[in-house]
Amino acid sequence: MTSAAVHIEGKPTAKTPQAPKKDRRRGIRSPYPSWFYIPAGALYLIFFAVPTFSSFYFALTRWTLFSQQFIGFGNFVQFFQTPALTQGFINTFIYGFVTSAAKVILGLALALLLTNPIFGRGYLRAVVFFPVLVSTVGVGLTFKALLDPFHGVVNQVLGFFHLPQPGWYTDPHLALLTVAGVDIWKGVGIATLIFMAGIVAIPSDYFEAARVDGAGSFKVFRSITLPLVRPAMATVIILSLIGGLRSFDLIWAMTNGGPGFSSDVIASVIYKQYQAGFFGLSTAGNVILFLVVTAIMVPVQWFLNRKEADL
Amino acid sequence: MKFTPLRRALVATASIAAAALALTGCSGFGGSGSNSGSKVTITFLTQNDSADRAQGKALIAAFEKKYPDISVKMDTQPAGTQGDNLMKTKLSTKTMDNVFHYNSGSLFQALNPKTSMVDISGESWVKDLDKNFKDVVSVGDKVYGAPLGTSSAGGILYNKKIYKQLGLSIPTTWDEFIANSKKIASADPSVTPILQSFGDTWTSQLLVLGDFANINKQDPDWADNYTYNKGDAKYVNQPAFEGFQHTAEITADGLVNKDYASMTNAQAMDALASGKAAQYPMLTSSMATVQQDNPDAVNDIGVFAIPSPNAQYTSLTLWEPNALYISSTTKDDKLDASKKFLAFANSPAGCAVQDKTGAVAGPYATSACKLPSSAPGFTQDVQKYIDDDAASPALEFKSPIKGPNLETILVAVGSGSTSAATGAKQYDQDVKAQAQQLGIKGW
Repeated sequence: MTSAAVHIEGKPTAKTPQAPKKDRRRGIRSPYPSWFYIPAGALYLIFFAVPTFSSFYFALTRWTLFSQQFIGFGNFVQFFQTPALTQGFINTFIYGFVTSAAKVILGLALALLLTNPIFGRGYLRAVVFFPVLVSTVGVGLTFKALLDPFHGVVNQVLGFFHLPQPGWYTDPHLALLTVAGVDIWKGVGIATLIFMAGIVAIPSDYFEAARVDGAGSFKVFRSITLPLVRPAMATVIILSLIGGLRSFDLIWAMTNGGPGFSSDVIASVIYKQYQAGFFGLSTAGNVILFLVVTAIMVPVQWFLNRKEADL
Repeated sequence: MKFTPLRRALVATASIAAAALALTGCSGFGGSGSNSGSKVTITFLTQNDSADRAQGKALIAAFEKKYPDISVKMDTQPAGTQGDNLMKTKLSTKTMDNVFHYNSGSLFQALNPKTSMVDISGESWVKDLDKNFKDVVSVGDKVYGAPLGTSSAGGILYNKKIYKQLGLSIPTTWDEFIANSKKIASADPSVTPILQSFGDTWTSQLLVLGDFANINKQDPDWADNYTYNKGDAKYVNQPAFEGFQHTAEITADGLVNKDYASMTNAQAMDALASGKAAQYPMLTSSMATVQQDNPDAVNDIGVFAIPSPNAQYTSLTLWEPNALYISSTTKDDKLDASKKFLAFANSPAGCAVQDKTGAVAGPYATSACKLPSSAPGFTQDVQKYIDDDAASPALEFKSPIKGPNLETILVAVGSGSTSAATGAKQYDQDVKAQAQQLGIKGW
């Protein structure tokens, strides 16, 4: 219940005269009886609220599932001493920003292409969107087979043309970018879809008016399409950046964070700690990941929404 | 926030409902004896790979034939770190099967046996157990596990044909091993001298873990000092550091296969069996792959200990077999039936099943089972080290601490992206984290 409701239950003041009070109360009241909320409330409490708040406690313990010992901030100290944690942070940012940027650029380009009347448009739209429907782990394993440095199709084709055959996910310098590439292939469909919806929603009058004024294709794109798809772009950036910063499944399916620690991101570092049975330590890592993602996303969201309001 | 009386009542009801829901989730798996006639059903949990499944099925079939009034239902779960967590979760929520199959040594210790398992020290077959094995399934003087399968050795598997062809002899020092490898490389460039298979990251650990018998020979107190953080028993110091050096050296010298970063264990065993490669630091339990895929080549492969820099210390590191345990939730007639199941696995009939279905990788851990005369040749190599008193159990059977990141660190060291010294330092840090998690004194 909001503070407004509480306020109304008290004595009426000069600012809240008698008449509007009833209206506001009715507005706040939901059309459903209170017991209607019990199942959802109970589920939320058990599966979200309790685990979330208990995780803040368990982050401060050394926890083996059988027993726990309160150790203050020891886990946080230890977490920051984890080998290759710095690398993990850097990789997380590289991965998040590379995939997000590529999805925006490629998604916009594909959306422009696919909103134009071209041959086989419906088919191409389906093809672009298709990877989104496939299981991430399945995609990871498939690409692992395709990109195998010695037996994979990609390198055999490259070898046929006497081109260099890189160790896509076995070369420590390349592994992270390879996974990011696959992530882009898989995720660009959803970005394209959002951009297409944004472009289609632009009234055609603007384009006609611009053409009448003698604007070329590039000018139309720069002055009409680009500013008006900004809300769609904000959505794509936020979704793909959040997805990139906490990405895990594809990296785990393709490289397990390897070779060595070269494609580890924070999420995989935490997962490995969980696997090792360091439950308190990995919970502390999750609290840190939560804070980091929040610290990045809140300003980004604020910035993008402000731009949107400016329009 | 203010609650109306109705709302307060609803919140109370909701929290009671929530508590009830949480409770039902945890109860009802007590596993205490529910007498359904005279027939008892117990459950048995094993790993979901084909070898373990086949062995479990065969063992159950033979057992049910002998005890028609007991039926055993088999459950499976993944092995590896995922399985470790499932084990802990099932035991701490009291949803574990009656009998379960799991590692001995440090992983067994991490399951908190005192509260989660049934003490079986009083069973008659316990007296037949090998002393080394008994230690790794015991806490104090209480025994909790019955062996299933044979022990295995971690050393250098080698192709005997190639050794014979080039007139090489078994190396007893690390330098001789490197010299042999160089000879193999110069004799035929198409033959890989030493295989590495980082496609399965766990295989990267052999030159470190398999070197432990050498460390132990040199300093019998090393494992103890390492466990209780005493002295300089660290991986950054010799003798333990040599394992990291060796892992880095063979790659730096160009003696490994060029697809080491992606090759899997099964591919490597295949390359060794077919003569495309000469040597492979590996566990003898991986010979199961050869027995299945290249049965004709089984006797072409032998094993020798990972050589120490100093010949007098060279000895073979042994891995104890996994074991069967009874969970503490098992009571009454189910407990009796479970104990019969463990005894059966260590009886002549149970040994016959193990001979037939298990991959024989070394000697048995109980005198109740004897290796069949048809056992492959490499088991005699292992036996010889044991008879010469040049073998000792791996570190994970002498200390509860094993850092979880060893395989990842060694992949980085073995691919040259991390130096041996940095890798050893990282691993010492990893060991410290594990020791603290286990609550061991001295850390």
